[in-house]
Amino acid sequence: MSVQSEAGRQATAAPTASTAPIDAPAIELRGISKAFGPVQANKDISITVKKGTVHGIIGENGAGKSTLMSILYGFYKADAGTIHIKGQEVQIADSQAAISAGIGMVFQHFKLVENFTVLENVILGAEDGGLLKPSLAKARTLLKQLSDEYQLSVDPDALIEDLSVGHQQRVEILKALYRQADILILDEPTGVLTPAEADHLFRILEGLKEQGKTIILITHKLREIMEITDTVSVMRRGEMTATVQTADTTPEDLAELMVGRKVLLHVEKKPATPGAQILEIENLHVVDEQGVERVKGIDLHVRAGEILGICGVAGNGQTELLEVLGGYQNGTGTIRLNGEEIDLTGKNSDGQSRRARGISHVPEDRHDEGLILNFQAWENMVFGYHHAPEYQKNRFLMDNAAIKAMTQESMTKFDVRPPNPKLEAKSFSGGNQQKIVLAREIERNPDLLLIGQPTRGVDIGAIEFIHQQIVHLRDAGKAILLVSVELDEILSLSDRIAVMFDGKIMGERLPSETNEGELGLMMAGIAEENPGEAGQ
Amino acid sequence: MDYLTIIQILDSTVRLATPLLLTCLAGLFSERAGVVDIGLEGKLLAAAFLAGAAASVTGSIWIGLLAGVAGSLAFSMIHGLASITFKGDQLISGVALNFLAAGLTVVVGQSWFKLGGRTPSLPTDARFGEWNLPFSDALANVPFIGPLYHELISGHTALTYMALLAVPLSWWVLYRTRFGLRLRAVGENPSAVDTAGVSVVRLRFAALVIAGVLCGMAGTYLASLAAGFVKDMSAGRGYIALAALIFAKWRPWYALSATMLFGLLEAIGNRYQSITMGDFTIPVQFMQALPYILTVIILAGFVGKAIPPRAGGTPYVKER
Repeated sequence: MSVQSEAGRQATAAPTASTAPIDAPAIELRGISKAFGPVQANKDISITVKKGTVHGIIGENGAGKSTLMSILYGFYKADAGTIHIKGQEVQIADSQAAISAGIGMVFQHFKLVENFTVLENVILGAEDGGLLKPSLAKARTLLKQLSDEYQLSVDPDALIEDLSVGHQQRVEILKALYRQADILILDEPTGVLTPAEADHLFRILEGLKEQGKTIILITHKLREIMEITDTVSVMRRGEMTATVQTADTTPEDLAELMVGRKVLLHVEKKPATPGAQILEIENLHVVDEQGVERVKGIDLHVRAGEILGICGVAGNGQTELLEVLGGYQNGTGTIRLNGEEIDLTGKNSDGQSRRARGISHVPEDRHDEGLILNFQAWENMVFGYHHAPEYQKNRFLMDNAAIKAMTQESMTKFDVRPPNPKLEAKSFSGGNQQKIVLAREIERNPDLLLIGQPTRGVDIGAIEFIHQQIVHLRDAGKAILLVSVELDEILSLSDRIAVMFDGKIMGERLPSETNEGELGLMMAGIAEENPGEAGQ
Repeated sequence: MDYLTIIQILDSTVRLATPLLLTCLAGLFSERAGVVDIGLEGKLLAAAFLAGAAASVTGSIWIGLLAGVAGSLAFSMIHGLASITFKGDQLISGVALNFLAAGLTVVVGQSWFKLGGRTPSLPTDARFGEWNLPFSDALANVPFIGPLYHELISGHTALTYMALLAVPLSWWVLYRTRFGLRLRAVGENPSAVDTAGVSVVRLRFAALVIAGVLCGMAGTYLASLAAGFVKDMSAGRGYIALAALIFAKWRPWYALSATMLFGLLEAIGNRYQSITMGDFTIPVQFMQALPYILTVIILAGFVGKAIPPRAGGTPYVKER
């Protein structure tokens, strides 16, 4: 390819084409092991990735996927094992060596300098000489070629902070291509994308594959594995449990390989029987601390015994909506709970008074808002309800024994592992931390449960359990407002779906009468009813 | 106020702004690389002391300059060791250096020279001489241009001209060279630099070396101007330079104007010891406090929003 020869940077550690076998695999890992103290993050992992294929690596959080990729990109040194690139053993001591070996990495959290232009980000670390001008000029022509070739168009002079997340990701891919990567590793690339952006990304990856690039896709989304990969490896607890041809497997089989037991991928639930109106929101506006209007006049209602799912790309006002309802953000408009208006500003608008009115809240970010990580489980289990009379011994002292007993009981009921009230919150896995928060909020028997991103960073086994708990609460006649960026989750849990875009509700749908395509368009702000255009 | 007075005030402004400008640029390099440098004050003081000591012993201010730069560099490297290598808190490391400099200069000064912590006063030939630019005397009597050239533009020390040249040079380095691109990147998002295969630690140390050299020059200038080292002679100029840096929004040309403004206030305070307005006399203390008052106003954020380099103040730790 012409682009390759012009890019000019000679990969020093990469084996030369003449000495390598022609059909050598692009990457071969042999017996990779890595331990962090007593934790064996990778155990004797071997994997072979053929050139020009898309290879998926799937596994739960903490299964060791990221560690493996960090070893491949020179962040860690493996305790044992060898790495072979195009048939030759290479030592990857740092990122520079990985880049030289032709490996490009697109991280989950982009490694871009926000107030630099696209061009500056692309050349950073790969400049041709002491002065910037020639490098920038070269990058500009090369970028144009690459963007034409792979549908990777971005404005080279735009600042990163002005670009959408999807475009920022393209810059990351361009960075790798500029460094002549022919092996591209993408870590959870679709987590931040709209469905349309994700589709575009997959088309880009298809194009790269056709040009002979090798792609490794790390994800926990089974659907993506099925959609784009040729082969897939499954990791569980640091071990590679299987490598199969994607065409020969099913999502159910993969889930079972990941978790080690059979998993229900869709939520089992009866049709909803909505009762009285619990929550009514009229013309709600929220302006944040920077003076930006985040919620621009929305109307919503939730009845007893139903789950209203709110979907949307992160940052379209869902967070602020939850914050106002939870009592720690001011808003204007009218919110009624059980027919009675609640204060949206002032001293009667805080978490305490909301809880007193029967609103429980499982916040979106359990590390920042749901838990205090350095506190023990029993302390976390009582936050927000520590004023309750049953936990007071007398006027000054709390009844810690009662709190611990309650925690023990809740932990058993919600299958928190290990069920040890004295363990610090940070010692639990993501799924078990979420169960602690969920137990705290559900056990108070609220009229309305606010729940944000209930399964973010939670493994598949725990997802199943959390979903069941939410449905149980609904069946017990409670109102549930669910906010999630995971469309699958919204579609399978909700009884009604509202789509949020740019602080407004784009429309409501019934899960049985919509699909990901339609919701995806609404999430991207494309108007719901537009008969004129639809006909053309 | 006549023309000559204005020229004289401006001349004094340049003189007083020189150490601030050098220190401000030192902070600029350091903070642009993501290392907050509250220890500028300590470096100034250490450099002034060593420069004063070396110049008084050898009789050459240029050897004094070498000693001052060496002292400032040593302090810079301690800061780097604590806050880059060992990932300590940058503020604490900087404050510690300030205390160290304040105490050590006096103690060592007393032990060496027995003058109560001062260094012996420097004779004129052991101080920086004034550079008279070509035709300075010839043009001195030409109306308008004469005083401007003779008083304001000509007749400063070598360090002043170097400080002024350092402004476009800093701009060029930061915005036109590979080193500058990487330096700015490391202050914004070090993990982007790291994953691009460039050493964060080396870049940050390089920035501290530049900061050390610039601070060393500033300290030596102070010692030369005051003809020797006196206890606490930096008088908060390190902190004022930091305020100017915020005012300058971490940009070289703005740093020039910001430090000139501080220099101007100091010059006015020095010239007009008291101003009488009707029955009321503005006390001399108020005039002399002007630069410090401006510092407080700037730090309180009254001059608009200044966005510091985003990774400033945080040691870089590789994430998993």
